[in-house]
Amino acid sequence: MQAVIQATLDFLKAYWAPLLCGLVIVAVLPLIAGYIVLVERKLMADMQARLGPMRVGPHGLLQPIADAVKLLIKEDIIPEDADKLVFWLAPVLSVGAALLSLAGLAIGPAFQVAKGINIGILFVVGVSAMGIYGIVLGGWASNSHYSLMGALRSSAQLVSYETAAGMALVSGLLFAGTLNVTSIVEAQRDQGIWFGLLAPVAFFTYLVASIAETNRAPFDLPEAESELVAGYMTEYSGFRWALYFLGEYTNMIVVASVATTLFLGGWLRPFPNTHWLNFLDFFPALMMFLIGVYCVMRAPKQPAKVQTLFMLAVAGLCFVLAFILVAPLLIPIAKPSLAAAVKPFADGILGSFWFLLKVSVYLYFFMWLRFTIPRYRFDQLMRLGWHFLIPLSIINVLVMGIAMIVGSYLHLAGGWLLLVTIPASVLALIVALYILSLEQKSAATEQARAASDSYAG
Amino acid sequence: MLDSVIFYFFAGLAVISAILTVTRRNAVHSAIFLITALLATAGIFLQLRAEFLFIVQIILYVGGIMVLFVFVIMLVNLDLAVRQMQFARQKWVALLISLALAAQVGVMLWSTGKLPGQGLPVSQAISADKLPMNSEAVAHSLFSSYLLPFEIASVLLLVAMIGAVVMAKKRT
Repeated sequence: MQAVIQATLDFLKAYWAPLLCGLVIVAVLPLIAGYIVLVERKLMADMQARLGPMRVGPHGLLQPIADAVKLLIKEDIIPEDADKLVFWLAPVLSVGAALLSLAGLAIGPAFQVAKGINIGILFVVGVSAMGIYGIVLGGWASNSHYSLMGALRSSAQLVSYETAAGMALVSGLLFAGTLNVTSIVEAQRDQGIWFGLLAPVAFFTYLVASIAETNRAPFDLPEAESELVAGYMTEYSGFRWALYFLGEYTNMIVVASVATTLFLGGWLRPFPNTHWLNFLDFFPALMMFLIGVYCVMRAPKQPAKVQTLFMLAVAGLCFVLAFILVAPLLIPIAKPSLAAAVKPFADGILGSFWFLLKVSVYLYFFMWLRFTIPRYRFDQLMRLGWHFLIPLSIINVLVMGIAMIVGSYLHLAGGWLLLVTIPASVLALIVALYILSLEQKSAATEQARAASDSYAG
Repeated sequence: MLDSVIFYFFAGLAVISAILTVTRRNAVHSAIFLITALLATAGIFLQLRAEFLFIVQIILYVGGIMVLFVFVIMLVNLDLAVRQMQFARQKWVALLISLALAAQVGVMLWSTGKLPGQGLPVSQAISADKLPMNSEAVAHSLFSSYLLPFEIASVLLLVAMIGAVVMAKKRT
């Protein structure tokens, strides 16, 4: 007994930091996911010239909490003929895989659950891919045709697009030379350029494939409401449905974070090595301050007194955040002796800000696409994946490798690498488009032959 | 102490789910238990500090092959398959082979004089960033000492892939 307690204490002593980070992520993520949904609804409303949720809190700021409470107290229905255990397991798998994959990501230089793991980005990609079982098993266990169709579509889609996404990651990793998340970002700082600029084709491929992998519009075939009711979650209700939703939004955050880490410079600010741009460090605080000022200005115009107070509270929160963001920068100026002590905090806080900003921009792009582009048909989706993206990404890896060799031969580094990688990317794109056109030509002649045959018969 | 606990947890999980994989009548349940067995094996790889093998096991087997398995299971008519007798004729051969395997394992354990899980190379915990670089080590040995076998295996897989595509393509 004593030994067990001692072992537990030793374990806690050795691993308190990752445990704390993990707890923070698990506790905060549902809230973040809820607010992403709110932002999405607001954006949709804005793009359709509406107001969106306005009633709960000023500008609907408390809507996610109301939604969460509604989902928690909703009746939980399990279909009579469902496979109960698998039905129960599926949403848990979906969320579990998504949350677990967050452990491998580094949000800022200091905030990482599984610190310094050697397989870094592979861990994130591999574990988040396991979330597919939540969808497939959920669709199967529901014992409903719509659910099964949704599950089948989802697994086919994921298997097709994972190849393209993986190959795109490989082209990015060629420049990093490591799988470790922290080292990837440091490699971008050392080279002074984002890998997304060095390998634009890979970034584009990953962008498209990540949308398909997270089942977002225009690739949301697994849950196409006009065809399949709600796809694999047709039979789910209440809290289990909310778990699926949480898993989906967590997956969005995960793919956005992977793209940010590998292609958009992670937690580095734009142009991290250019010293005359150091004033950009003050940008986060300034942004928070301006949002706070805006909230104060809008506060008197609210329809109800409560809402005015709430708006002021939001403004206060923004000011506090602005102070937290600016304090580590001002302390070294006021008291140079403390500069070394404050430096890790400054890096951590500002790094997290830039990381989250980039992730938000990526997510914004997802939403923007969702409200702009109509849904693909399933065969079109498959053709885009197999006939264009997979050849493109494979050719891109090949050509990028050659470009790297040429670059090292010419002693190019940093931004000068663009001289070889941009022509290589263009070449990859041209070859992939040529393959696509060949494919379409042969498909067209085949169709024409089939048509003439049927007339001849 | 902790490492034995972890080892027996994963090993037991792998064995139990492997047994359940063969004994379940429902094909989807079998697939779920096979996934569990593969994940438990991945866990043992991780405990042996073979991080790269761990993640390759998850990406390839759990994330790729098993997804296709489940996909195919859902496409076939399960109600028909459950009623049919399958593979039952190989009972005696299977028994013989598994006895031989058990004897092999037993002899090996007896000759080394160790329990399973005893004498794992890993006994004390080290934080992940102080470990030797596993994926670099794998890459180094694959591309220097074992370059020829690696390339032969790659060509073999490529041929198999092209063969599969050719066979799956519609005859025109």
